[in-house]
Amino acid sequence: MKKTDVSKYDHFLKVVDCQQACPAHTPVPEYIRLIADKRYTDAYMLNWQSNVFPGVLGRVCDRPCEPACRRGRVEEEPVAICRLKRVTADYKDDISDRLPKIPIDKNGKKIALIGAGPASLTVARDLLPLGYQVSMFDRDFKAGGMMRSQIPAFRLPESVLDEELDYILNMGVTCHFGTPITSLHKLLQEDYDAIFVGTGAPKGRPINIPGTTEASANIAIGIDWLSNVTFGHNEKAPKRVVVLGGGNTAMDCCRTAKRLGAKDVKVIVRSSFEAMKASPWEKADAKAESIDIIVNHTPKEFVHKDGKFIGVLFDEVSSFYDRGGNRVLKNTGKTLLAKCDLVLVAIGQDTSFPWIERDIGLEFNEWDQPVLNPQSLQSSLDKVFFGGDAAFGPENIITAVAHGHKAAISIDLLCQGGHPNVRPDSDFNLISQKMGMHEWSYQNITEHDLRNPVPHISWEKAVKELATEVELGFNEQLALNEAQRCLNCDIHTVFNESTCIECSACDDICPVDCINFIEYIDDDNTPAQELLKGKLRVDKACDEQDYLISDKLKTGNMMVKDEDVCLHCGLCAERCPTGAWDMQKLILTNIEATIK
Amino acid sequence: MSYNKSRFKHKHLPVNDLGLTYRDYEGAISTLCAGCGHDSISSAIIHACAEMSIEPHKIAKMSGIGCSSKAPNYFLNNAHGFNTVHGRMPSVTTGANMANKDLTYLAMSGDGDSASIGLGQFAHVVRRQLNMVYMVANNGVYGLTKGQLAATSDRGVKNKTGDISLFNDIDLCVMALQLGASFVARCFSGDKNQLVPIIKAAIAHQGFAFIDIISPCVTFNNHPGSTRSYDYVQEHVTTGAVTDFVPVKEEINHQVPEGKFEDVCLHDGSVLRIHKLTADYDTSDRFKAIQDIEQHKAKGEILTGLLHIDPTAQDFHELNNTTDTPLNQMKQDILCPGERVLGSINDSFR
Repeated sequence: MKKTDVSKYDHFLKVVDCQQACPAHTPVPEYIRLIADKRYTDAYMLNWQSNVFPGVLGRVCDRPCEPACRRGRVEEEPVAICRLKRVTADYKDDISDRLPKIPIDKNGKKIALIGAGPASLTVARDLLPLGYQVSMFDRDFKAGGMMRSQIPAFRLPESVLDEELDYILNMGVTCHFGTPITSLHKLLQEDYDAIFVGTGAPKGRPINIPGTTEASANIAIGIDWLSNVTFGHNEKAPKRVVVLGGGNTAMDCCRTAKRLGAKDVKVIVRSSFEAMKASPWEKADAKAESIDIIVNHTPKEFVHKDGKFIGVLFDEVSSFYDRGGNRVLKNTGKTLLAKCDLVLVAIGQDTSFPWIERDIGLEFNEWDQPVLNPQSLQSSLDKVFFGGDAAFGPENIITAVAHGHKAAISIDLLCQGGHPNVRPDSDFNLISQKMGMHEWSYQNITEHDLRNPVPHISWEKAVKELATEVELGFNEQLALNEAQRCLNCDIHTVFNESTCIECSACDDICPVDCINFIEYIDDDNTPAQELLKGKLRVDKACDEQDYLISDKLKTGNMMVKDEDVCLHCGLCAERCPTGAWDMQKLILTNIEATIK
Repeated sequence: MSYNKSRFKHKHLPVNDLGLTYRDYEGAISTLCAGCGHDSISSAIIHACAEMSIEPHKIAKMSGIGCSSKAPNYFLNNAHGFNTVHGRMPSVTTGANMANKDLTYLAMSGDGDSASIGLGQFAHVVRRQLNMVYMVANNGVYGLTKGQLAATSDRGVKNKTGDISLFNDIDLCVMALQLGASFVARCFSGDKNQLVPIIKAAIAHQGFAFIDIISPCVTFNNHPGSTRSYDYVQEHVTTGAVTDFVPVKEEINHQVPEGKFEDVCLHDGSVLRIHKLTADYDTSDRFKAIQDIEQHKAKGEILTGLLHIDPTAQDFHELNNTTDTPLNQMKQDILCPGERVLGSINDSFR
């Protein structure tokens, strides 16, 4: 069988599930260890370097890292990674002296950023320290993009957002806020060396069912309505509100409506509860605030009588999956009339590029999205780059940040005479964590505690105050407890064939039966999972992780380690009499994350 | 040293008839040297007992003194255990077995404990055919006292400090065969595919079962020139047959496997399926087994596997015609029937 390629970082990065799953590849275990050491500022800066908005993301990140977390495979629930990120922001000291110094002498290159959301801000943060001159344009009067306009203050306090935006804006961004760009063609005539488009997905998807025109006064697009709340144009909600849609915007709409005085708030969604797009914790919080979530109903008609709006009529549906794995809805024949005064439509949002002329050489695809190189985010116009939701449609903040880093690298390459497609790769290093005979530089003993729930204010109080943050965040003790649940997946079990004496000490001690010594299989072509079936102590449960496969050992055996449920406890390395196993920390300097 | 092994286990670990996984048969974290062969033996015992679904409290772990005899602490936390005086484990086990024959006796001894100070005790417990599993973790060295040559060291080998073994070695398998043991095997701690089925067979065997397990000492006997090092044993080990243990509840595979094989039915109904690798392999002839061991040794090879089994042999209780009810379950008035009965017994001798 083919020996695992350990000359590159790919195998090792994949073992660090959280870091691999994070679009910005934040070194999660590293910052969690810093939290356990109470080095909050260091932990914050490590985050800041990679994800730019630790305080924001520590509250409202989509957390792709958490479902990936190995802890969820060996125990019940993942480490509360997102909540720990918030801890770094909550307990850090003043970081102003740690921010990168901005050169007084500029490098002469001018960059225009369209939109002031997370993607553009990331580009600005990456390029300003290199001496670029950055101009930022936004139709709103304040920076932040959807982080400000669409995320309610009870989830993300304005002060937290402002603080992290100011770190960047104070680096010397030339702000043109309240200035919508109406023509890319005109902007291209100006002397910008590169233009980055981070305009998000600002257009809420409308609904079109019978009665829409007649009821238009009682229907609002969810994200527009939320934005109006943020900027103080909506201060009250009527008594009865129906929210259409099952995503996070729907959850924000219903919870905001409740805070603005609505008594009867219902979320009515086509899918089942499990299939709703909203994050599980958002759904749980909405339910805790006694919001009705009615599933399996699809809107049929806006009902009005004598010019008066009555409510929304729904068909009950049952959903099932066809042979192709597609969800199919079937009417059950039953209907439901939800009487209400206001309907908030939160069924999706789209990008919007009416300001990009179609005859300037910027190609669009069949879905009216710009044609981009996925690696460089460069459009068909060499100096125009896209990122965030504007690039490939709605994603999330952390993806926008990752796009920002990517685009900044591309822009830097372009401006310095390189080619955005010829990209630098990350350096990596594996460093032994051995301190003594049986001592490691990390907490190698597995903590067995269950996930710590994050404290919150009382739900009664929560639904009364629009700008009061619901979650209180971990205190230092809870943070420490939670930090110790991390399995330190970035500290790898590295195997050295030449010193192994096959004493079987490692496979005997491994608590999770990861390590196997089996007869060498002379087959380089068949997939490993097939070849190894029935030959290991426990067959691989899922494809989450790869095997670590050794060369042929001197006895004619081979070592196969299933990386899937390894606890990184280091017992294999402690039991190894010859040091054939070692625990080594993976250090990546830059994986498409930041400019070095 | 991390004395903590995580309680977390693989979610797909098989459970046995009692609903337990092998992790429930573990003991304390070993304090033996990292890489000690004895830890592999512990692990083999854990797996054998778990796979046979033996209730841990129906097992008694017996041992003497030495690294080997520390090992019972590192398996079967919920079993009974007795760490006896040096070399006296066979007597204590005999006593325990007399009192309660319902337990499975797993004895762990070493080359010092059995081939030196306890040689006499060893010889007699073999003669007695006590129903027990007698395992010797044999590393050819006194590890606990820093590496002196043991009585099982091959003549002419050097220990770590350079002392040469001047005397002939004691081969405990040959002795056991010569003294009439009804189950004799030799294994290598590093080969669990062989060791686990043989431990299972030894447990199922009714009578005295002896397993000599070559178990390298990484600290004092793993150097070039040793005949008990991992490298030497891995290079010189050979076997006459591969033994599969088929428990009672499992139906034996009627498909006749390729090559030569022999099925041996044990007392409790389980079956040993022995796949012969050499044509003249024969478990029924103990004289031939002695000859095979000596011939391989002369060639510099270590013969492992099941060397001899006599499933029909009578054990100690049968030979002595003891009561069916274990003594520890009898009431006081039966065990000690009083003065009147004693009087009549005495009278019968007058």
